[in-house]
Amino acid sequence: MIEQSRIRNFCIVAHIDHGKSTLADRIIEQTGLLTSREMQNQVLDNMELERERGITIKSQAVRTIYKAKDGNEYIFNLIDTPGHVDFNYEVSRSLAACDGAILVVDAAQGIEAQTLANVYLALDNDLEVFPVINKIDLPSARPDWVKDEIEDVIGIEAQDAPLISAKNGIGIEDVLEAIVEKVPAPTGDPDAPLQGLIFDSVYDSYKGVIIFIRVMHGRIKKGTKIRMMATGACEEVVEVGYFGAGQFFPCDELSAGMVGYVTASIKNVKDTRVGDTVTDADRPCEEPLPGYKKVNSMVYCGMYPADGAKYPDLRDALEKLQLNDASLNYEPETSIALGFGFRCGFLGLLHLEIIQERLEREYNLDLVTTAPGVVYRVYKTNGEMIELTNPSNLPDPSEIDYMEEPIVSAEIMVTTEFIGPIMQLCQERRGRYLSTDYIESTRAVLKYELPLNEIIYDFFDALKSRSRGYASFDYEMKGYEPSKLVKLDILINKEEVDALSFIVHADSAYERGRRMCEKLKDEIPRHLFEIPIQAAVGGKVIARETVRAMRKDVLAKCYGGDISRKKKLLEKQKEGKKRMRQVGTVEIPQSAFMSVLKLDE
Amino acid sequence: MIRKNNLFGLYIHIPFCVQKCRYCDFLSFPAGEDEKADYVTLLCEELEKRSTCFSDHSIATVYVGGGTPSCLSAEQMNRIFEKVKACYRLQEEAEVTVEVNPGTVEGEKLLAYRDMGVNRLSIGLQSTHDSLLKTLGRIHTLEDFLHTYHGARKAGFDNISVDLMSALPGQNKEMLRTTLEQVIALQPEHISCYSLIVEEGTPFYRMRDQMCFPDEEEDREMYEMTGRMLTEAGYRRYEISNYAKEGKTSVHNSSYWKRVPYLGVGLGASSFIEEHRFSNPSSMPEYRQMVAAGLGKDHLQIWKMADPDTVTALSKEDCMEEFMFLGLRMMEGVSEAEFMDCFGESVDRVYGAVLSELVRDKLLVREDGRIFLTGYGIDVSNYVFEKFLF
Repeated sequence: MIEQSRIRNFCIVAHIDHGKSTLADRIIEQTGLLTSREMQNQVLDNMELERERGITIKSQAVRTIYKAKDGNEYIFNLIDTPGHVDFNYEVSRSLAACDGAILVVDAAQGIEAQTLANVYLALDNDLEVFPVINKIDLPSARPDWVKDEIEDVIGIEAQDAPLISAKNGIGIEDVLEAIVEKVPAPTGDPDAPLQGLIFDSVYDSYKGVIIFIRVMHGRIKKGTKIRMMATGACEEVVEVGYFGAGQFFPCDELSAGMVGYVTASIKNVKDTRVGDTVTDADRPCEEPLPGYKKVNSMVYCGMYPADGAKYPDLRDALEKLQLNDASLNYEPETSIALGFGFRCGFLGLLHLEIIQERLEREYNLDLVTTAPGVVYRVYKTNGEMIELTNPSNLPDPSEIDYMEEPIVSAEIMVTTEFIGPIMQLCQERRGRYLSTDYIESTRAVLKYELPLNEIIYDFFDALKSRSRGYASFDYEMKGYEPSKLVKLDILINKEEVDALSFIVHADSAYERGRRMCEKLKDEIPRHLFEIPIQAAVGGKVIARETVRAMRKDVLAKCYGGDISRKKKLLEKQKEGKKRMRQVGTVEIPQSAFMSVLKLDE
Repeated sequence: MIRKNNLFGLYIHIPFCVQKCRYCDFLSFPAGEDEKADYVTLLCEELEKRSTCFSDHSIATVYVGGGTPSCLSAEQMNRIFEKVKACYRLQEEAEVTVEVNPGTVEGEKLLAYRDMGVNRLSIGLQSTHDSLLKTLGRIHTLEDFLHTYHGARKAGFDNISVDLMSALPGQNKEMLRTTLEQVIALQPEHISCYSLIVEEGTPFYRMRDQMCFPDEEEDREMYEMTGRMLTEAGYRRYEISNYAKEGKTSVHNSSYWKRVPYLGVGLGASSFIEEHRFSNPSSMPEYRQMVAAGLGKDHLQIWKMADPDTVTALSKEDCMEEFMFLGLRMMEGVSEAEFMDCFGESVDRVYGAVLSELVRDKLLVREDGRIFLTGYGIDVSNYVFEKFLF
């Protein structure tokens, strides 16, 4: 029987690159449950993609044993959290599974907006937060300044924060002791009805869905008939256990305060939503745990196989990805230009990019992606409201009463010298200025309300470039507001290309249309005839470019030694055309559909 | 082993030049005297070893190209020709061309060429503007060229081709006009005028952003002007970039477009024998090795001795493709009857849809059993040729 007083459930909160994963590795290493041979370099980041991007996509957990200086052995459940705003909800549920949080702050860079957001999230979940200062061995380290900043900005005690270098293993012991000392032991009644929080779930082809659970009250073991309170799914538990490093260790039962996994031959992660409460179907708890919400897709785009014949492959791949990612939505759609594909919904742009990369990398698919858009609300004159995810489905303007677009509250942390350029950027993106809070003499938090569709493209890149990398950014959904929105259509050789249409604010329509046309002009190869490229709103052309007719495509010389080379050249040219999309008489390279995603600069 | 009339072309590659031109992507480089002498020995050895495969055949044309073949001494060139004559049957009326560059030949060498049986010279002039010649990295001036040209006439050459270039950086239409006028005044039998291609790996390619090339529109205007002026002066365009007086087309070069077999000897030289295309190694040590080892006697299938990486065995489809995209380079185009003759199928059966599309788009003309490019078809000939690939 494990005593609750010997359990510590905690997570690590940090800005990207501030050393979260490295610290996690050191903790796992030094708690000694694993031999170093078992260690992958970064144990928690399982997926190849995660490691490359240096971020954690899906939260995972690991259990280790620490023999503390007081002579007792403690069970550490380290719960990893995703580190990006797209996964805000997942973060909050992972935090809810913990009792404490280690706040890692870079000794040179100090607090960033994202750190702040996650700390507030942790505090909201009543977590005990204690700071550690990492990268202490950097020449530019300013630990005292960082300590003061933590106290000033967050208002938590920081003077005795461990000074560490996770990379070089300095000060890790102090962190381990601090975990024992500062993270409260879980409370909860093991004899009460089962109440467990799902903080993640993954699909495994052998075990089915594996639920990651924090047991708040009661116990769960093999044979328990469980019910997911929100989705209503019922199953009998096949196995419970805890997490090794990338492995599952079965055990007899999980009781109040423990963190582990449950399998119950569930086929779909949609039945085991993050944040849902698991209870005993025969002896249910009275209420579900607070905080559950169904996550909605914020960003949509069309995904099409570059090779039309690969449509079934794309469908299978999406199906498989969705097994593991309940926040991925998709439904079939057809585009005149791109053929058969899917309209896919994502939590945010990063989520979109990750899925896109996984489809390309893990499933070897060549994709054409249309410009991402947000979900607009279209109020029709007949009183009906539709949620618009595909610009092509916009009703006729005569049927539209008004439209609404999603707005986010954004916090941008920036050093004072860049306040000007950043405010200008927010202005350009239709931001509504709320406030500037100076957190110290050289840094400030700008608060803005911004339309989501203005930040899903390249806001982050623009922010970084205009602040020389110093600004950091965080946002959350605020709600919907009426807005003057129009559908911008692109006509190539007088034919509308559905896959290039998008919704834009009326005031930006001209600028966006102009840039689209310019970009497409460079992307579309010359044909035998002249090709007008037009941007139009409501049938009225607002911008135009022309791809001039092909004037010269000739090889002046072709003698004996040139023939094989020349043939290869022609073959390459032909191959390139095969991969183009035919719209009317115009062949459009697939890159054209993608390049319009990056209109800035 | 070679079809029907047993005629083939012989190409001899001399990979040396005095100085590499800045647009040149041919296999050539400056070399010392020892290196040249050594190479000529290798070349002669290759010629001799290869000849066993050609005992039943006759050479219709010889073309010594480079590089700058004329940077070899007369004695060296003579050794090569002696070897050719000793090992191969050279048709009496064979066209024998040597490429020469102004500044590398004078009277005596030219006379020696005559004695060897050389009956055609191809002189690289490119432009009559010394400033442009400098930009191109040519080693000669207009005066050097004139000296060489008149020297060649004096030596008795009555079939001379002059190479020119258009669309050069810094060249405008007026400059090209002057060049053409000056060359026409000399009345060479043949003129090639190439629109500059900036090839990857050349200094021009590396400097392409700093250089001011005429745009496509100007390029085509220059091309049209060239055609107009040369036609008026009695030359006939017989290929995209080649012009000749009556009866003076380059037989050797035409054989490339007519798919006549040819044997290439020398560094990196490519061959086309019995519907196989293959090449010699382009590095000197490998070439030396090949000559020393790889040319055993009695080998009927000559391509089997070549580096397999360079060998392409052409399928019937490949041959049809080549037939079209090489044949259409010539203004007379391709003959429908000849297509039938070669492949046993009518050109319409194979390419019917493509042909009607291209005729509709006014890129091709069909007339009296022949198919050929229109003016615009020439301008966008790659677009046209690509359509004939399967």
